[in-house]
Amino acid sequence: MRAMFQESVERLFADAVDAETLRLAETGAWSDSLWAQMEALGLPLAAVSEDLGGIGASWTDLFPVIRACGSSAVPAPLPETLVANALLSACGIAPPESGVTVFAAGDAVSVLRGLPWGRQARWLVLHDTTRGRLGLHDMTGAAVEHDVNVAGEPRDAVILASGSLVSDAAFDGPPDTVRLSGALIRSAQIAGALGRLTEMSAQYANERIQFGRPIGKFQAVQQQLALLATQAAAAGAVAEAAFMQARRTPHFATTASAKAVAGEAAGRGAAIAHAVHGALGFTHEHSLHFLTRRLWAWRTEYGSDARWSERLGRLIADAGEDGLWPFITETLKERPQP
Amino acid sequence: MGFDPEFSRALARQGWVGLTLPKQYGGHDATSFERFVVSEELLAAGAPVSAHWIADRQSAPLILRHGAESQKQRYLPAIAAGEMYFCIGMSEPDSGSDLASVRTRADRQSDGRWRLNGRKVWTTNADRCHAMIALVRTDPASERHAGLSQVIVDLDLPGVTIRPIRDISGHEHFNEVTFDDVILEADALVGTAGEGWAQATSELAFERSGPERFLSALTLFRCLTEAVGRSPDARQAVEIGRLGAWLVALRAMSISVTGQLAGGQDPVWAASCVKDLGTGYEQDTVETAIRLIDSLPETDQARTTRRVLAVTQGMAPSFSLRGGTREILRGILARGLGVR
Repeated sequence: MRAMFQESVERLFADAVDAETLRLAETGAWSDSLWAQMEALGLPLAAVSEDLGGIGASWTDLFPVIRACGSSAVPAPLPETLVANALLSACGIAPPESGVTVFAAGDAVSVLRGLPWGRQARWLVLHDTTRGRLGLHDMTGAAVEHDVNVAGEPRDAVILASGSLVSDAAFDGPPDTVRLSGALIRSAQIAGALGRLTEMSAQYANERIQFGRPIGKFQAVQQQLALLATQAAAAGAVAEAAFMQARRTPHFATTASAKAVAGEAAGRGAAIAHAVHGALGFTHEHSLHFLTRRLWAWRTEYGSDARWSERLGRLIADAGEDGLWPFITETLKERPQP
Repeated sequence: MGFDPEFSRALARQGWVGLTLPKQYGGHDATSFERFVVSEELLAAGAPVSAHWIADRQSAPLILRHGAESQKQRYLPAIAAGEMYFCIGMSEPDSGSDLASVRTRADRQSDGRWRLNGRKVWTTNADRCHAMIALVRTDPASERHAGLSQVIVDLDLPGVTIRPIRDISGHEHFNEVTFDDVILEADALVGTAGEGWAQATSELAFERSGPERFLSALTLFRCLTEAVGRSPDARQAVEIGRLGAWLVALRAMSISVTGQLAGGQDPVWAASCVKDLGTGYEQDTVETAIRLIDSLPETDQARTTRRVLAVTQGMAPSFSLRGGTREILRGILARGLGVR
């Protein structure tokens, strides 16, 4: 299933997402046809169990999909909708058959800030942590105040309309499920974007001539490219590990590690890609910034690397000297599928 | 890592040396993943595994892959029994990062035997090992990567001189090994004459990707974890957590390379990635410890941590030298990206 997903999303994004699409998206344009094509492939409901209308894909199967959303800077919340629908499925609620679904923590009467793609969302999955319930809300009639992250992606402030609740159920997942799930998808998106940055930077280093030869001939540039590649590889490996460990909800320590490492890698990787591309890559006309600005944004969303490191560090300190190694090995242990 | 033949033999009796070798050569037909688990646990526990380590990690797989049947029968069961130890003969006084410039020569004589002359250096445990797999020039007219071959040198042969070299901490675990008209039997050649470069490069994938490439500073990390106490402040928690997160990432990468090795692939690029990041991580553990050392509550644990820091700090420069320097690895990585 994984290879099939990978192949179909990579083909779709190669055809449907280019620099012009991304430029338009930043001015507020939304592509119904892109979303319709993703729905036609069954992607938004892929993680939903079969009896609730999905195809029961595991997070291991879906890792390449979310990574590809990062490498192509896809201007649509497929990762968010995948998570939102999976959360509904985990509570036994049948997800809506169609439409953008996003997720957040909070209650139905307060302002929800920084909601990804709030303006496009047809549905919202809300985790009410004080009551331990998960609700599906209709976004029709919600008050939406537009805001964006540093990459120009919608991160809106939303107040739900009264009577928005469609259905709800008890949810026994951890109280920080929303933050963990967000960290999980962002780590894969970061890995994808870093992978693409590595390809772009290597290609540019082979093409750009200075001092009479491609800049990639210079060891100083080669060393930088190697550093970029290792950061991308580390982010990819640890993000994939976090996806392999995720079940109904993400595994805490592996996901915390993934977001911490991917976050640091995002900072270093974006800096190197800009260094290699020189002033040309600093222009709006060049497409480099569609990835680097997203890396900056995704690094801070759902907890920065320092925040996740701190939480992880408290657990490790609590485990003490003899608990350290078991704690580390536990993060990649084989876990039964549900 | 301590050198303890008794420990190595005991480990072998337990069935934990030569795990991936076939049963017919005294091995256990285990997978690379099983070997990975055993290696990691030994390193994490700080076990004295250095006697058999290189033989088990890279010499035995090399002999199994390229060696003649007689070599397999002679060496593999002894390695799997924890009784025969190997060292690596790659670097020379004038050939460090530029390994293709090796000048140690093995000239074939009319009787088919080889006459070995030259010098290898930085050879870990040469003084306590039985044999070396040396990368030597067998075609005197050749240059660079062509004309190199690998030979097995029994280190008690006449004409082999081993001189210890003291490192910055005062330890003597690496050596200079001089060959002065050493006569090797005809069957000392491993694999194919002239294919030594390719063989040595794939051997390095075993050397560069394993858990020893990121666990050298684990004892220091363990000490720090204890020394900050059960309720660290925010800065301590960030530093400890950062070390934990990168360790998780490095294990994920190393396990992935193990999978590629198990699948018969030659993951030179990915192995170089693990080594570059892993050795940087080990050195960063020292940096982290230095940043935290003043913040530790004054306990016995803090004093232990200072001692472990001093030892690890003394070794740290070698982490990114042994098995290929950082700069060379990054060149390999860049070439792997298609940059030339």
